[in-house]
Amino acid sequence: MPSNQDAPLKTYLDHLARGELAYQFSPEAGRAVFYPRMLCPFTGSDPLEWRISKGLGTVYATTVVHPIEGMPFNVALIDCDEGFRLMSRVEEIAPEQVRIGQRVRFRVHQPDGEEPPQPVFVPVEGRDGRA
Amino acid sequence: MDGLKRGSAAIVGVAESDLGEVADGMSVIDLMAQGAKRALDDCSLSLKDVDGLFSATTQSRLSVLTLAEYLGVNPSFLGSTIVGGSSFEYHVAHAMGAIGLGLCNVAVIAYGSTQRSVGRKQASVREVNPYETPFKPFLPASAYALAASRHIHEFGTTREQLAAVAVAAREWALLNPAAWEKKPLTIEGVLSSRMVSYPFTVRDCCLVTDGGGAIVVTSAERAKSLKKAPAYVLGCGQSVTHASISSMPDLTVTGALTAGKAAYAMAKLGPADINAVELYDAFTINTILFLEDLGFCKKGEGGAFVSGGRIGPNGSLAVNTNGGGLSYCHPGMYGLFLLIEAVRQLRGECGARQVKNCEVALAHGNGGVFSSQATVILGTQTTL
Repeated sequence: MPSNQDAPLKTYLDHLARGELAYQFSPEAGRAVFYPRMLCPFTGSDPLEWRISKGLGTVYATTVVHPIEGMPFNVALIDCDEGFRLMSRVEEIAPEQVRIGQRVRFRVHQPDGEEPPQPVFVPVEGRDGRA
Repeated sequence: MDGLKRGSAAIVGVAESDLGEVADGMSVIDLMAQGAKRALDDCSLSLKDVDGLFSATTQSRLSVLTLAEYLGVNPSFLGSTIVGGSSFEYHVAHAMGAIGLGLCNVAVIAYGSTQRSVGRKQASVREVNPYETPFKPFLPASAYALAASRHIHEFGTTREQLAAVAVAAREWALLNPAAWEKKPLTIEGVLSSRMVSYPFTVRDCCLVTDGGGAIVVTSAERAKSLKKAPAYVLGCGQSVTHASISSMPDLTVTGALTAGKAAYAMAKLGPADINAVELYDAFTINTILFLEDLGFCKKGEGGAFVSGGRIGPNGSLAVNTNGGGLSYCHPGMYGLFLLIEAVRQLRGECGARQVKNCEVALAHGNGGVFSSQATVILGTQTTL
């Protein structure tokens, strides 16, 4: 009997736990796929290849959430250089200073307790930090 | 494939249920039933005529079954497509198709929500999305705020222009006795309100009310003999581009573009032919994006278009004439109210907010986070 496939989410989180931002690549479509799934949404083909992002991207859209209690925080959509987009946040700067077009670099945030690791981003300094 | 036939069905009865804050203990099915009775009375039909039943709500898992039981009907055609606030625009197309195939002849489309009474979290439980939920977006507001950030970035749209949408909606609402909001609103008042998810203050966001209602759809043939002038369904179009905001292909272009094109093609009409425009304004950016995508102005020019009172009661285009989700009512899935208002405008029943010589009205529903888009174009007898 063939063994059951791993859930795409599990593979993704296993990579994150190792400090890697994983995404899928569709050989048939020739482009990145995100979020991870069982088949390519552009061609319907499977399987998809797992790849590891270099972790560099650009802020595509940004907002600052103002909770009724607690400090405002950033929520952003990041376009990674490999051609996929994900929701995340930019850390290390004030949430209202996050700018569309800003270059950012991935790092792993490990929340307290049982929660799985999260991919977050920080501003890229220097030459690669151009908008 | 023939598709739907222009003008082959009509909306003949419309009604709101109780709105705003409903009585203690009222259920969503109570509100649907109240709306159904009023909508049937509106067109002199009765429950025994009903052989098609449609409903959507976030507060009843099998709402159409519960509603059928409650009403004591056994319809030959049921529909419970639920794609968020635009569900009811989908229902109109589905009812029209079913009527055209002879699967039913008189369809009731009903909605109910008690989200204000029971609380939004209780009324609409959010699914966990492992790729979004960890970042705590305040949904749906933050998703629309992300889209607004892109519009501001690409086209120079301003917070004042977003606020102008809320101000126009409020001006219309002040002409609508059924509207929740009763006090005037200024641009400054919008900007200085509590920030929710930048660039939105609470005044850029739809209301949180209870409410519901129903509409009755039947064949053009049957519609002729009923109490009030039919609102013929001239065009329908739908589009699904994504479910979660991180998968929306372009945050400045919505599926209204595709849905609108399909509806215009079926209606053989264009934006210049529309007299009353009812758009799903869950947030101020919605009105701007839908005006662009439905062809009332060019892409990127929506901010300027809504400014200077142009979409208000004394403006050049009548948009969201009931006061919209921003100022009239928003029980969570607002799409049914777009259809109710469009029909009333075509009948000339709108009193102080009546659009003069209203022959064609467009209702554009939005579901999810710009996810499911559905356009319905309605017209009077003279447009057939």
